[in-house]
Amino acid sequence: MTLIVYALVVRQTFRRFLTYRAAILGAVLANTVFGAVKAFIVTAVWRQRSVIGGYDLPDILTYTFVAQALIGPMSLLTNNLDIPARVRSGDIGTDLFRPVDFQGYWLSVDLGRAAFALLGRSLVPFAVGALLFRLRVPADPRVWAAFAVALTLGVLVSFSVRYLAAMSAFWLLDEKGVTGFVNMMTTFLGGLTVPLILFPGWLGEVARALPWASVVLVPVNVFLGKLSGAALAGAYAFEAAWAVALLALGRLVTARARQRVVVQGG
Amino acid sequence: MLIEAENLSKTYTLRKKTGRLKRERTTVEAVRDLNLSVAEGELLGYIGPNGAGKSTSIKMFTGILSPSGGSLRVAGLEPIRERKQLARQIGVVFGQRTTLWWDLPLRDSFALLHRMYAIPDERYAENLKRYVDLLGLDDLLDTPVRQLSLGQRMRGDLTAALLHDPSILYLDEPTIGLDVTSKAVVREFLAELNRERGTTIVLTTHDLDDIERLCRRVVVIDHGTVAYDGRLAALRARIATDRTLIVDLARPAAPVEVPNATVTRVDGPRQWLAFPADANAAELIAAVASRYEVLDVSIRETDIEDVIRELYSS
Ligand SMILES: Nc1ncnc2c1ncn2[C@@H]1O[C@H](COP(=O)(O)OP(=O)(O)O)[C@@H](O)[C@H]1O
Ligand SMILES: [Mg+2]
Repeated sequence: MTLIVYALVVRQTFRRFLTYRAAILGAVLANTVFGAVKAFIVTAVWRQRSVIGGYDLPDILTYTFVAQALIGPMSLLTNNLDIPARVRSGDIGTDLFRPVDFQGYWLSVDLGRAAFALLGRSLVPFAVGALLFRLRVPADPRVWAAFAVALTLGVLVSFSVRYLAAMSAFWLLDEKGVTGFVNMMTTFLGGLTVPLILFPGWLGEVARALPWASVVLVPVNVFLGKLSGAALAGAYAFEAAWAVALLALGRLVTARARQRVVVQGG
Repeated sequence: MLIEAENLSKTYTLRKKTGRLKRERTTVEAVRDLNLSVAEGELLGYIGPNGAGKSTSIKMFTGILSPSGGSLRVAGLEPIRERKQLARQIGVVFGQRTTLWWDLPLRDSFALLHRMYAIPDERYAENLKRYVDLLGLDDLLDTPVRQLSLGQRMRGDLTAALLHDPSILYLDEPTIGLDVTSKAVVREFLAELNRERGTTIVLTTHDLDDIERLCRRVVVIDHGTVAYDGRLAALRARIATDRTLIVDLARPAAPVEVPNATVTRVDGPRQWLAFPADANAAELIAAVASRYEVLDVSIRETDIEDVIRELYSS
């Protein structure tokens, strides 16, 4: 059963990250502190008007801390895939002679990483936020379940975008321009800097139709209980459609890369 | 035939920045018109100078790199197109890099391979025990790969490459940087693997001892193509003709004429005489000295790189 392989890769990646526990302390601290800073700012803004873009103060505070908590799992600031480094060192050769699907392998690695980040990097910033500010934490377990689904689909979208950026390393000697640009897009269009609900007019409409709306906005809206029934199904469909389209594009790119792959080193 | 390469070629295209916007394309013919057949059960020495195209051709044999020309079949498969089926039949060890997961203990790397290659549980347990015993990995199974020494890592890599009983094992400089003891362990292991399991082995190395101890057939690659393909003994016979006696005569002279030696170079009063390795050097010196006035002599032994260079220049 081949799925076992990918599940095992997920688990082993999770364990690999366990060995670097100490390294995440800084990230946890930064995400928490910046969360608090952003919370003060949005509190000041929302004091002017009680509802902006359909969000009241508890909504936007919840958005703020969920977004901070998702920096790790959704990899909102960095590419986080080892593909470019392995292309440069030539280690990618090893990934190419394994009897597993290349993209599937890296997806599994990323799911393991995201799962680890969710436990290691998300809980503390959110818990601290919930202690210090008035957040809207769902009581209904069904909302939590729906949130888990939206989150999983969001991770798939996040991966598929970062995968495309990382694969550029097969063509470019230095892929940092591409990955850096995509990271900026993710940070901005993911709504980490400025929540997508604040984007005005057509800018907001475009931003909310792009794949990055899946990584923070949709999961937060589910978390806040704003989506149910047909609206929830529509949100899932939105995320799933982007995931499928981008993963398919990733497969095409993978096939092309295999034709022209140059593996460095002896 | 397990490996069949016909006119196999690989051209790398490099783009170099030559100005602010200008880029120049250059191409490197790393492998050209390589013809090679390897039969089941062979232990092939695959040698040649640096940059000859050994690694590039191995990458094509393993399905990592797509050829630019020619045809290639490995175990009846087309490496790039049937990469996943081929993967189950081959094992690969690179001396300069590990195929293991850097931050996982050996045991976990092996467990991953168990699933990746869908190795039946019983077979896996049997093979793991066998290789762990043979290679003395017992105490290292819980150590992360990044904490292993080069020799230990190499033994781990060998095990990883063999857990799924591949019919072909490629080794690209497996003994590079290893100490004498580790080298001996690896060599003995490979010899036994080939003898007992019939695993076909393609071995690339810079260490002539590796070749001498392990391989009957040697393929010498140079400039991306086969420069010699045959028995090691025959190659050695060529090496044997290649000791050189350098004589400094009192004055310039026509090439000296003595039995069992031929002049390969003259530079003023200095002459180079090639003579068989098993000939008696003292007799040769005496023969030259009896006919000419000799000021000085020295003998130069030939190393493999010289031989290889000679092979393709002739
Ligand atoms: N990734 C690459 N890009 C461009 N040229 C390469 C690359 N890899 C190898 N080469 C060139 O191809 C030739 C053969 O290299 P290689 O197969 O590594 O030789 P060997 O393993 O025999 O030392 C060399 O000239 C080398 O510089
Ligand atoms: Mg090499």
